[in-house]
Amino acid sequence: MTHRSRQLQVSALARVEGEGALRVVVEDGQVRDVQLRIYEPPRFFEAFLRGRQYTEATDITSRICGICPVAYQSSAWQAMEDACGVSVGGQIAALRRLLYCGEWISSHALHIYLLHAPDFLGYPDVVAMARDHRAAVERGLRLKKAGNAILETVGGRAIHPVSTRLGGFYRAPAAASLTALAEQLWPALDDALATVAWVSGFEFPELELDHDLLALREPGCYAIERGQVASASGLEFPARELGQHVTEHQVPHSTALQATLDGRCYLTGPLARYTISSGQLSPAAREAAAAAGLGPACRNPFRSIVVRAVEVVYAVSEALRIIAGYDPPDPSFAEVPPVAGTGHGVSEAPRGLLYHRYRLDPAGRIESAVIVPPTSQNQAAIEADLREVVAAGLDLADDELTARCERAIRNYDPCISCAAHFLDLRIERR
Amino acid sequence: MTRTGESGGERPALAVWKFASCDGCQLTLLDCEDELLALASEVRIALFLEASSEVRPGPYDLSLVEGSITTAGDEQRIREIRRQSRYLVTIGACATSGGIQALRNFGDSGEFRSAVYASPQYIDSLATSTAISAHVAVDLELRGCPIDKRQLIEVITAFLAGRKPDIPDTSVCTECKRRGLTCVLVAGGTPCLGPVTHAGCGALCPAAGRGCYGCFGPMTGANVPALTGQLQACGMSRRTVDLVLSTFNVAAEGFARPRREAAGDDAP
Repeated sequence: MTHRSRQLQVSALARVEGEGALRVVVEDGQVRDVQLRIYEPPRFFEAFLRGRQYTEATDITSRICGICPVAYQSSAWQAMEDACGVSVGGQIAALRRLLYCGEWISSHALHIYLLHAPDFLGYPDVVAMARDHRAAVERGLRLKKAGNAILETVGGRAIHPVSTRLGGFYRAPAAASLTALAEQLWPALDDALATVAWVSGFEFPELELDHDLLALREPGCYAIERGQVASASGLEFPARELGQHVTEHQVPHSTALQATLDGRCYLTGPLARYTISSGQLSPAAREAAAAAGLGPACRNPFRSIVVRAVEVVYAVSEALRIIAGYDPPDPSFAEVPPVAGTGHGVSEAPRGLLYHRYRLDPAGRIESAVIVPPTSQNQAAIEADLREVVAAGLDLADDELTARCERAIRNYDPCISCAAHFLDLRIERR
Repeated sequence: MTRTGESGGERPALAVWKFASCDGCQLTLLDCEDELLALASEVRIALFLEASSEVRPGPYDLSLVEGSITTAGDEQRIREIRRQSRYLVTIGACATSGGIQALRNFGDSGEFRSAVYASPQYIDSLATSTAISAHVAVDLELRGCPIDKRQLIEVITAFLAGRKPDIPDTSVCTECKRRGLTCVLVAGGTPCLGPVTHAGCGALCPAAGRGCYGCFGPMTGANVPALTGQLQACGMSRRTVDLVLSTFNVAAEGFARPRREAAGDDAP
């Protein structure tokens, strides 16, 4: 079969966020080319941000992704505050971290239960999975709802929060509303721990990636909404130096730009965060990780589901810690007067590192905008991974090989809207 | 509309489609954590790529369409989806008005392309981002950036019950009054688009202490020029008024026309 000239097209990589296709060329039993083609129609955010006011970037860039809007808002306000020389700390910073915990819980619960677990248990979707695993699915939905409850209480809305602004919040939540939120989060902590135990029992194919890993690092905590950029290979630099290390370039087969780290293919996201900062996890999250069989590092992309589950435990316990120390900030935001210059912002979206850079004129008009989303950084690593999957599975029938490739892609929780919605898999066997 | 699927199955077939968008509106369906499994027993989810790798062929009884039309291929695809769909509902600002990406309609889209991509010739993209209704007949438009979860459930419930959904075409002000909120515009002097913006969110922004920024788009018969004077009295410059009307529903006629007219007033 592998020696016949052959072209195969399988529609629909489902359960990812965005639109793309995979093209694999096999010639004489050798994998000649693997291209993850992202054809999500471009929306030109970086172009139309020019000329807008610096205060608008948080609400506008939020619309790049409905699954991780807080990540976009966070990187945007950090970049603007950096440009204007304002540093926001104390309870406002704590509320921002709490909001981001909500997004991690909600997005990770979505990916673990609705998008990824069906691959391990052999179902096309969560509805089919619920027929046999009703209690687990209900637990996942409860967890997702708890994450959304944080987003709604702190941000005013789960998708594209409205309470957030440059310098802080239009209005900070009342202490009583966070106390009520904590009541919902305590059971969520049990659900999160049960999730780690559940996913750690799945079967994981053996695979170790040797790409470099890139994630934020922050002393004293597991970095989420800010930090220094660190790599597994020992690099460490502030956000403003990211452009010196990470270069984006266009490839003909994709509307997402591809990035390299000092010329090398690298990976961001849960595996990178965990490997770089596992020592900073809360005791509950560390114990759950150890019980799930994770060591201090994890480089198996199939096990990313376990790392996400551990991160949910961390995010819930971190949310509870922040709520316990909450004292409503007054005023609820710092003034951020415009200053001409360039600002950089970086944060850990659920699926990986998200960088923004803006140049402002003296009146606060945006002169240029650069946004580097996690999926474009991960695209080359996903292609390298797929190459291995295809090489190891050349003897499989096309539909089985396709399923394996789709699964490999879902390991990375790619947000193709940050790129679409389905991947067409095309295998050319020559 | 009837409760039973006319497309052949015993339960109505639901399809969820995506065009240029952020996925937030279809995510709203998955955010119905308390209703999702019950809904799945009332409809057959025949196609919902974000949630399922099972793809069943049409026809479909209810199609939810997210996103705007921005490529030649998508112009064709939406026509085929219309042919396959008995009742087609657009969900969200992109699908009902072209979304934030419709800013290109008012700029130089070729320049936009080369500003983002070093090799723009690889990019397949139309010069405009347009609403679904500019291409095919639409049975119902659900507003919002993103849509409201309760309104989505109302639309699906009404479809299943064979009745008309209760989606009031009034302003955000009516919801604000119903919540008993103090008017941020009159009492606080905060610029607010509530008087001209389609209801549906439940007055989220005034409740959060900020003015409405119009993410549900213009209500029918919105009197934008009257509000413009009020916004300028709150200290907004003409440029800022123009900016707040040109966001997630920039191409909606109810906002685009008053912007054109204001620009015309400035012409020599």
